[in-house]
Amino acid sequence: MNAGRMTAAGGVRDASAAGAIEDIRGKVAAGRRIDRDEAMRLLHHPDLPALGAMADAVRLRHWPDPVVTYVIGRNLNYTNVCWVKCKFCAFYRPPGSDEGYTLTRDEIAAKIQELVDLGGREVLFQGGLNPALKLDYYLETFRWIKETWDVHIHGLSPTEIIYIAHISSLPLDRCLGMLRDAGLDTVPGAGGEILVDRVRRILAPGKDMADEWIGFMRTAHQIGIRTSSTMMYGSVETLEERVEHLDRLRSLQDETGGFNSFIPWSFQPELTEMKEIRKASAFDYLRTLAVARIYLDNIRSFQASWVTQGPKIAQVSLRFGVNDFGSTVIEENVVSAAGTTFSMDIAGMERLIRDAGFEPILRDTNYRILGPYRLPRRIHATEGAAMVSGSAAIAAAAAAHPAHPATPVN
Amino acid sequence: MRDAIARAGLEDIHRKVLEGVRLDGDDAMRLYDAGDLNAVGHLANLVRERRNGNACYFVRNQHINYTNVCNKDCKFCAFYVRVNDPAGYTLSPEDVRRRALEQLSEPIREIHMVAGINPRLPYGYYLDIIRAVKSVRPEVMVKAYTMIEIAEIVRVAKKPLEEVWADLKEAGLDSLPGGGAEVLSERVHAEIFDKKQTPTEWLAMARSAHRAGLRSNATMLYGHIETHQERVTHLLKLRELQDETGGFLTFIPLAFHPENTEMSQLPHTTGMDDLKQLAIARLMLDNFDHIKSFWIMVSPAISQVSLWYGADDIDGTIIREEITHAAGARTPQGLTRDELIGLIRETGREPVERDALYRPVAQEAAA
Repeated sequence: MNAGRMTAAGGVRDASAAGAIEDIRGKVAAGRRIDRDEAMRLLHHPDLPALGAMADAVRLRHWPDPVVTYVIGRNLNYTNVCWVKCKFCAFYRPPGSDEGYTLTRDEIAAKIQELVDLGGREVLFQGGLNPALKLDYYLETFRWIKETWDVHIHGLSPTEIIYIAHISSLPLDRCLGMLRDAGLDTVPGAGGEILVDRVRRILAPGKDMADEWIGFMRTAHQIGIRTSSTMMYGSVETLEERVEHLDRLRSLQDETGGFNSFIPWSFQPELTEMKEIRKASAFDYLRTLAVARIYLDNIRSFQASWVTQGPKIAQVSLRFGVNDFGSTVIEENVVSAAGTTFSMDIAGMERLIRDAGFEPILRDTNYRILGPYRLPRRIHATEGAAMVSGSAAIAAAAAAHPAHPATPVN
Repeated sequence: MRDAIARAGLEDIHRKVLEGVRLDGDDAMRLYDAGDLNAVGHLANLVRERRNGNACYFVRNQHINYTNVCNKDCKFCAFYVRVNDPAGYTLSPEDVRRRALEQLSEPIREIHMVAGINPRLPYGYYLDIIRAVKSVRPEVMVKAYTMIEIAEIVRVAKKPLEEVWADLKEAGLDSLPGGGAEVLSERVHAEIFDKKQTPTEWLAMARSAHRAGLRSNATMLYGHIETHQERVTHLLKLRELQDETGGFLTFIPLAFHPENTEMSQLPHTTGMDDLKQLAIARLMLDNFDHIKSFWIMVSPAISQVSLWYGADDIDGTIIREEITHAAGARTPQGLTRDELIGLIRETGREPVERDALYRPVAQEAAA
């Protein structure tokens, strides 16, 4: 217990005993890409401060200013009717269920008006695969929303749109074009799960397989609809399959550049049909996030997952590659249906950002910086991980919104 | 890592850490001000691995909070009720014995007993409840009584402190927990816990315990009204006493929980603050063997992550924690041994089950 014993032999060692990753560090520091094998090595490497520092360096290249962004938005879960029966989902009700609902126009109007009154513009319009709702429902609803309010529709999901195209007997690009023309601005990257068919067959055999999901994203990007990308890890996938997922996203991004952001979150086993799976830990989240940030060097924005990780780890994620706290979602039904109930208001969110050494700043759905947030009242918000995502670009709309002049940061 | 350390402006502190040079109060302030959690974490991890290698200690333990009656009126506390309040409880020695019996099937190594200051309890009570535990489980180590409780025990004993130590040891007391120090600052003491011992008295009591051959822990309640400078002073005072006695086993930063206290308008501590506090403690308390990340206070998630930010101990199974839960803690009131081992192994650390004095417990089949 003497004070001077820290000069023990080996005292000059400047790395943890956790094994060498110096070659990968060198690559990352030089701004070079890592390959799959290197990603696997990092996913086995336990030295969190080292991984976090590498991810932070990549983040700095994309976001040189010490800011953390967020957007004011609300979830609009227009229907919970869905026939797909994903095993990880606690939100859906099958067609014919007494507990199924579809929001009326009055209900939708009240929700959007509440958002607009609070100074928000992002409507996250998501639901299920409800066979009663055809393409016209979406076209009419979107046109009506855009005619009535100056909002950004961040809506649907690949699975929903593939389904809508299918039941309308339309090619995907045509269907997407019609939705875009009706007012769909950007599409969340929901349903990415893990882009490996083995995993998708176990989790959601009724949904699109990996090629179909990627194909959807390619088509959307090609016709000018920007999207986010996601990863739901911690279910039945292997680490190799996580890397395969990241690689598919990186390859497509090289091709199209249409992903605004990436949002990883952990599978939430409670209340799903797969309760026996142990919930992924905070350690796993931070390591997976850091490796993703390093691997996906071509996706600019990384978003925290409040709902699945809680405020403490969400804040720590700001030093593991995250530059965005997502949306202060006024309502989030899907993840909370699976039993996770972290909530956060704007004041609390801004405090966490400042406490981490960053300045909180409002963005639009396209990650254009709007400015500091000022509002008379606190918004009770539940931050939706999965559902909330960075999204597509309407610079023009942002610029047209005089209260929030759009000044892209870089 | 050097890039991150340079960006954070911590190169000179890094050099000191590598050379084993003791950090001073100014260094500590700069570590609090540094935004880069990972740069600070890396430095702390160097010290952590040098001192404890890859080990992460845990204990199978049980908490017994023998009374919630208290006359200290601390503003940060949601657990206590005043004397004569009908919501008050005090466990009799028989109740304590029964609590210990309830966990008889568990191979517990440590029973942690702390509580409020109930001025009606006689001296014999404090000896009897230790004996009650030992009568059921002679093999279990009893870690009991903060320095605040010791001061009360001395008051009712009407005996010199040295004789009280001898009586407690004879009854079966094995070691002392670290509570009651709160923040070793006259200002903070006057503001929120002025009926307790002063910082000077707390330190004198700890010195006395160490001289009597009893090991103790040390804590710091952070995240309320204290400044970073006051935290630094707290750490320096502990370090100074440790240089003198060597009697502290572990330092445990305790995150303030606001719910149901007189300071309920304050927010919870953040994850960043929790991790940095552990890391800075590891860097500053170079003469403490162990830094504990108490998962009840900071969440199992932060405790797990903290094993790379300076901590080498995550406390234990803790069957039935009541004090922090009265202040709104949403953590579970206990974790199983397998859950603890799983959390530790996943981080690449080696779980080492210990007793109250950090002696490894012989393992049955590892989980």
